[in-house]
Amino acid sequence: MSQRVTIDPVTRIEGHLRVDVEVDGGKVRKAWASGQMWRGVENILVGRDPRDAWAITQRICGVCTTVHAIASVRAVENALQLELPINAQYIRNMIILAHAVHDHIVHFYHLSALDWVDVTSALRADPGKAASLAESLSTWSGNSKAEFTKVKDRLSGFVGTGQLGIFTNGYWGHPAMKLPPEINLIAAAHYLQALEVQRHANKIVSILGSKTPHIQNVAVGGVANALAVDAQSVLSVERLLAVKTWIDQLADFVKNVYLIDVAVVGGSYPEWTAIGRGFVDYLSVPDIPLDGKNTRFALPGGHIANGDLASFKEIKSHADAYFRDGVAESVKHSWYQGGKGPLHPHQGETRPQYTDFQDDGKYSWLKSPTFYDKPMQVGPLSRVLAMVAAQHQPTIDYATRALDLVSTVAKTKVGLDALHSTIGRHAARAIVCAVAVDQLATQWDLLLANMAKGDLKTFNKPTFPQGEIAGFGVHEAPRGVLSHWIVIADGKIKNYQCVVPTTWNAAPRNEKDAPGAYEACLVGTPVANPEQPLEVLRTVHSFDPCIACAVHVVDHETRPVVRVDPA
Amino acid sequence: MRVVVLGAGNILLGDEGLGVRAIERLPLAYCLPACIELIDAGTCGMEMLEELEDLDALIVVDAIRAQREPGTLIRLVGEQVPVFFRTKLSPHQIGLCDVLATLELLARAPRYTAILGLQPQSLALGLELTPVVEAAMPELLRMIVGELGALGVHPAPREAARVT
Repeated sequence: MSQRVTIDPVTRIEGHLRVDVEVDGGKVRKAWASGQMWRGVENILVGRDPRDAWAITQRICGVCTTVHAIASVRAVENALQLELPINAQYIRNMIILAHAVHDHIVHFYHLSALDWVDVTSALRADPGKAASLAESLSTWSGNSKAEFTKVKDRLSGFVGTGQLGIFTNGYWGHPAMKLPPEINLIAAAHYLQALEVQRHANKIVSILGSKTPHIQNVAVGGVANALAVDAQSVLSVERLLAVKTWIDQLADFVKNVYLIDVAVVGGSYPEWTAIGRGFVDYLSVPDIPLDGKNTRFALPGGHIANGDLASFKEIKSHADAYFRDGVAESVKHSWYQGGKGPLHPHQGETRPQYTDFQDDGKYSWLKSPTFYDKPMQVGPLSRVLAMVAAQHQPTIDYATRALDLVSTVAKTKVGLDALHSTIGRHAARAIVCAVAVDQLATQWDLLLANMAKGDLKTFNKPTFPQGEIAGFGVHEAPRGVLSHWIVIADGKIKNYQCVVPTTWNAAPRNEKDAPGAYEACLVGTPVANPEQPLEVLRTVHSFDPCIACAVHVVDHETRPVVRVDPA
Repeated sequence: MRVVVLGAGNILLGDEGLGVRAIERLPLAYCLPACIELIDAGTCGMEMLEELEDLDALIVVDAIRAQREPGTLIRLVGEQVPVFFRTKLSPHQIGLCDVLATLELLARAPRYTAILGLQPQSLALGLELTPVVEAAMPELLRMIVGELGALGVHPAPREAARVT
């Protein structure tokens, strides 16, 4: 007999996501992803000054504040066809990259590693053996026997108090937990070190963004940072040198700890390279612009059909009609008034119509986006595949390094195809993080070189025409393709829609009843114990869900997190 | 002495943002000594870790769902603080809750934590507070100042400051 497992809410994510799976014969046969919060930020923006939209949209979410600010100003600039001073691009790029590095480190160590790492098992580890293993894999200075002994003692003390605190939601001792105690100890030590390292990325965002959380420096037309070679009160070379120090420390951790840990975990769970594949249609957009018009980029992006890299079609600019004309959203299975079929975001509507959870009807506050009528996977995996297809050498190098280590640990050859999986999405995130931290250093060099030429310009003033104009802003955010769509009439916002990464991935079934990415990837996932559906969480967490911006709060009552019913 | 007064909440959701609004208004109404840091946390999480390390006191200002009349002042201290996070009286506790749990793990948690706030009336979409919550905001500011006073910090009201 099949069983229905309801996980509500999915924990260790931002926002409120419900996942239902039908389990039969120890495997997921059918899945539903349901955003449990209503998104209506679009309705707040109508009638406002387009120059204020970024400050409002960055309040949508507590995790991705900066990405909404960036997508929003890009949408308005696209509508105005406004070119930016190159310094503004470099400063925005550094904020984007530092934020992404922060986000990826925190996601792996603090939000999803506990799906794979059993902290209580680390208490049985031999710190000496752990140190020999870790030192054989990496030059990182925090891998000594003394360090691991210290961490083990600290964990013993913490677990001994009976209050697991931050680790409360782990499934300790679950049969799907397979890492040896030494690797668990190494991961736990790096969990703590990551807490120290992540602050460097956050400092970069706060220095450049003038405030954190919630950056204050972006503006339609550029950035509000005043650049100077010597003055103290502005973004000076002295402050930029401090930023460079933090970039170097981040690079050391990302390349010598994060990338290696992901490969070791991946190689220790080789069966997970065959789980969570789902559909293999991928979408990403180019980012880190190298000119004022968003036509040349450091990191390419585009569309890959059916997992075939040869099918790669590049998106060439942030005004590319191929992207603009391909996006539509269906509300057939979403709690909004519909009946008009999938709508392009410029025509998008956000009028709630709550029913109940209907398996074959409406069951989510998320809309269902498609690219030329097909659902897409977005996120680091989409980006890695696109960049490999575009022959982006740094991506190829880091992917090769990660997969070689996975192969060594797994004692079998693991190739690029293994990335189409639950554990592969984690590997892809580590690969893009390594690419991002190098690019962060490159953007720093470019900014300094341009300032040295005497160019300190950071802002081009926008002017709004009478009549109606429309634009869209795209950004390859940590979780994937983010797009903001704006219609401006006589200088005021007439329509505004955000199509966010988690909407692509956590989408309900679309107009043709085809499942969204989570739903497709969950099918076939093994479930050893329906009362403790750790495996389902592994696949969902591999996407790094962030539901807050996909939807908004309506209800948070105290309920049991997992419910198992006969289907 | 290091004290943080942290405004939590989503300003897009009406009364949900009352904590952030309180932080915006506090320095307009009172002269705050340098040992007090105000943080507009919104709904953020780990970005705040460093700011909240090794504090003498943390005062979180937030919308608190406690089944009371809208606009009622609520103060949670001591054993009620972990309960506040566990029972999800606030819809955006995930980030802040994780930060405080992490600070415990690092043995850098605030030595004293208080949660001050109001029972919200409406969490519907909008940038404005409801009139009943708006009317209670001056009282909430006085409550924050009272809490600071108990810690030995005495902010002066702005008018009085100008007279002296």
